[in-house]
Amino acid sequence: MTALAFDRVGMVFPDGTRAVDEVTLTIEQGEFVTIVGPSGCGKSTLLKIASGLLEPTSGTIEVDRKNLGYVFQDATLLPWRTVRQNVELLAELHGIAKAERQRLARAAIATVGLSGFENHYPKSLSGGMKMRASLARTLTLKPPVFLFDEPFGAVDEITREHLNDETQQLFQAEGFAGLFITHSIPEAVFMSTKVLVMSARPGRIVAEYEVPFPYPRVPDLRFDPEFAKLSGEVSHALRGAHQ
Amino acid sequence: MTDVDQRIVNAAADVAAELGELPPDAPRTAPGIGPGRWFATTVLPPMVLGAVLLGIWYVVSYLVLSPKKRFLLEPPHRVLTEGFLDWDSFSEILQALWSSTRVAMIGLVFSILIGFAMAIVMSQAKVVERAVFPFMVTLQAIPILALVPLIQFWWGTGQTARVMVCVIIAVFPILVNTLFGLSSAEKGMHDLFTLHNASRSTRLRKLMFPSALPAIFAGLRISAGLSVIGAIVGDFFFGKGDKGIGQLLRKFANDLSGEQLLASVIMSSLLGISVFLAFGWLQNRVIGKWYDSAGGGGR
Repeated sequence: MTALAFDRVGMVFPDGTRAVDEVTLTIEQGEFVTIVGPSGCGKSTLLKIASGLLEPTSGTIEVDRKNLGYVFQDATLLPWRTVRQNVELLAELHGIAKAERQRLARAAIATVGLSGFENHYPKSLSGGMKMRASLARTLTLKPPVFLFDEPFGAVDEITREHLNDETQQLFQAEGFAGLFITHSIPEAVFMSTKVLVMSARPGRIVAEYEVPFPYPRVPDLRFDPEFAKLSGEVSHALRGAHQ
Repeated sequence: MTDVDQRIVNAAADVAAELGELPPDAPRTAPGIGPGRWFATTVLPPMVLGAVLLGIWYVVSYLVLSPKKRFLLEPPHRVLTEGFLDWDSFSEILQALWSSTRVAMIGLVFSILIGFAMAIVMSQAKVVERAVFPFMVTLQAIPILALVPLIQFWWGTGQTARVMVCVIIAVFPILVNTLFGLSSAEKGMHDLFTLHNASRSTRLRKLMFPSALPAIFAGLRISAGLSVIGAIVGDFFFGKGDKGIGQLLRKFANDLSGEQLLASVIMSSLLGISVFLAFGWLQNRVIGKWYDSAGGGGR
């Protein structure tokens, strides 16, 4: 079943900038697709188009927008709400009754490993913990499709690897379809079923790699020669795309 | 921080360490400032400066001014005995102060209501903001002293006129800070609300208004002080009607009652300070838990 499909999607901003050009891609339910590309190649624009925050200037998108998970680049937690209240926010916006949204929030907080921090305010959380809370917030509504906009770009390497491991386990357990944007090649190869390489502006998909490693993927996979080889190929493609 | 709090923080830090992450405020070393040091670095300096200033005051009263001119600056203990401890003059000061406080508070309440209402409308409709803003700036730019005669000309010297002086100078900081605060939520947060089809009023209540609170409090503190000034200035220039601290200042100056004049000045500044502190306390109560630099003054 197709979860998300782009058909020759193009985006030209009013100032004439061509952000993305002729992007066609399909994500089946249970697939985790990552797009890597140089800065400013229009990767984030693709997510905004997918979610409906932006209207493309050409092409069509097929996705169910009623329940779409969107994990932002920043944690975007509301600073005046505790972790629990933040995680409850989406259920609240969708008018879900209090008891039910508390149950959903508790479960989601446990899933991301933040139990015990329910009553903390964002200002007392580390960057990685904020991202977990942000992830938990998205999880409450159990969206079948997740869009990730470089969510782990701002955390340190070790935390990032932890979060990659956990996101990958989560994806395995929940079976959602994911479209993940990143700069990091190891992150892309480690989590994805498929890696797409995007060119510099205007963004086009220039290469596509199937990732053969079975799930669940263990952290040590990162030191596997096959992993290094695939990462190398993606890196070469990215370098080519940069010119 | 109490022991219980400390234990909770420690427990939290342990869990965080297990997760491989430390919250930014996790205690790493025990805080080493004892009560003695705190006294020496925080309490002592202003006390020393205060003593020095009192000393200068005495020097000016007794050594600089000749006895004939001493009424210009009576020494501190005379201000205390004649201005504060003499019940007849002090009760007069207190009564006038109460009258001015009432005017200032009513003016502040109106400033808040008007400022909020205008800021909310302006934040919802840019065209209103563009229409109104130049006039607000113009009004703000007219010196209040130029407006007082006009207000007296139209509305007399009663409560309404007095409150109006307060509102004219106090409404602007609330309006500007609230307006600025309402637009301070990050774009990503707005996107989040957009993605989940939040209505205009939900967005205003759950996103824009709470994120405006720190700026609103900064504005409140400025406006509260200005409202006190407005009450005193209005009363001073009206010069009649219900007697406030402004009229009293003028009367004591005309009577050459230096002690009472200084006592009134001190009481007026105490009023300003207590209003400022009260709003600081309120700010800390409302947003101190989540806002990083709450209590650290306005922007």
